[in-house]
Amino acid sequence: MSKKESTTRTLLVALTVSLVSSVFVAGAAVSLKPVQIENRQLDKQRSILSIAGLGSGQLSAREVKELFASRISAKVVDLDTGEYTDKFNPATFDPLKASKDPKLSEALPGEEDPALIKRRERYTTVYTVEKDGKLDSLILPIRGYGLWSTLHGFIAIKSDLNTVVGLGFYQHAETPGLGGEVDNPKWKAQWPGKTLFDDNGKPAIHIVKGGVDPASPSAIHQVDALAGATLTSKGVDRLVQFWLGEQGFGHYLAKLRTQGV
Amino acid sequence: MSAPTVKEVLFNPVFKNNPIGLQILGICSALAVTSNLKTAVVMSIALTLVTACSNLFISMIRHQIPSSIRMIVQMVIIASLVIVVDQILKAYAFTLAKQLSVFVGLIITNCIVMGRAEAFAMQNPPMLSFFDGIGNGLGYSAMLLTLGVIRELFGAGKLFGIEIFQLAKDGGWYVPNGLLLLPPSAFFLIGLIIWGLRSWRTEQVEEPAFKMAPQVSEQEAY
Repeated sequence: MSKKESTTRTLLVALTVSLVSSVFVAGAAVSLKPVQIENRQLDKQRSILSIAGLGSGQLSAREVKELFASRISAKVVDLDTGEYTDKFNPATFDPLKASKDPKLSEALPGEEDPALIKRRERYTTVYTVEKDGKLDSLILPIRGYGLWSTLHGFIAIKSDLNTVVGLGFYQHAETPGLGGEVDNPKWKAQWPGKTLFDDNGKPAIHIVKGGVDPASPSAIHQVDALAGATLTSKGVDRLVQFWLGEQGFGHYLAKLRTQGV
Repeated sequence: MSAPTVKEVLFNPVFKNNPIGLQILGICSALAVTSNLKTAVVMSIALTLVTACSNLFISMIRHQIPSSIRMIVQMVIIASLVIVVDQILKAYAFTLAKQLSVFVGLIITNCIVMGRAEAFAMQNPPMLSFFDGIGNGLGYSAMLLTLGVIRELFGAGKLFGIEIFQLAKDGGWYVPNGLLLLPPSAFFLIGLIIWGLRSWRTEQVEEPAFKMAPQVSEQEAY
């Protein structure tokens, strides 16, 4: 056995290579993190704008910042009471972090957790678009489990609190080409104009397999499922139901309805 | 066997020994990222950089790597480079990084990178290996860009997202071929390109590994 192939030498080479590589990778990850966080923030704002129908997904960074600052206002809502709260600064409050904090969130037992999010935060940030001092549309954060990943997105609704303006996800890791088609503009285009609640005020929107029959009376509550992505479609269906229901924005929407908008 | 020259390692992989066309490596990403030219360009640059740098580093330490763990050492180096490229893309080209999604990460398992490390960089000096990496990256890029141009131009009437053919639905004359935007079309195109390449350079045609044996018994037919 030559010197190069000895066990000590092998271990030494393995250790050195791993050490150098990990320093290299960690260095890159740490030094690029601030830029990446800013990008993620920007991407979120861009997706809020495009879901609210205020701009295409192609806006430049500056346009996004300007449009977001001028048109959108963020508010923190207490999901249990449905009231706005000023305990947190909406610009910096992070609902996802809150959902992991036992003081700011509650665990959801299995049967109350159709969206499979495990914990639901007590406070979350909603976004409003106002026109002439009146609510024009409301953008609510939604999330839930699809097939492989938690889908994070928003649903925008009109001031009647029933008609959809748009829906979209800014972060997920579903299979590209199948579940990943939730990003397909053609699929997303089905959502605007649909209504969320039935006459009794219960969430009625559903994703259906095999196409929506335009003649059916419930067609206004139905969206066609994604081909080849049954579980992602089901996940989206459940998460929309969940966030519109009692556990989600139910109280908030009820408050808005009675107090007028 | 004489030592290869820089010119050889740089340009041979483009036509003579194309990694996709002749070696049939890296097909998966060639199908996935070529539906528009922008992602194809970014993927080409990323793969070329990773192949070149991994070849360079592996060649630099080729005398130190014990043969029992050479694969895993190559893998560690390639994986680190890919993670760094992914991080850079996420920082400076976020929307593109989102479109490329898993495929940047999958450069790690791209056979071209691993294949060049094992077949070339383990035997040859660093600079030559570096150029070999660039060369193979160019071969891959040439194929990806060809596919990207054909697919985006005829599938969507655009190049780099800029309209070239006015589409019929916008009042123009061109009815796009939607099939070209789907992954299988890249399969057909790669097939046609390989056919073209091998008709032009007949030395690329492979001898069959076996001759079809004559039927030996009647039962065989049932």
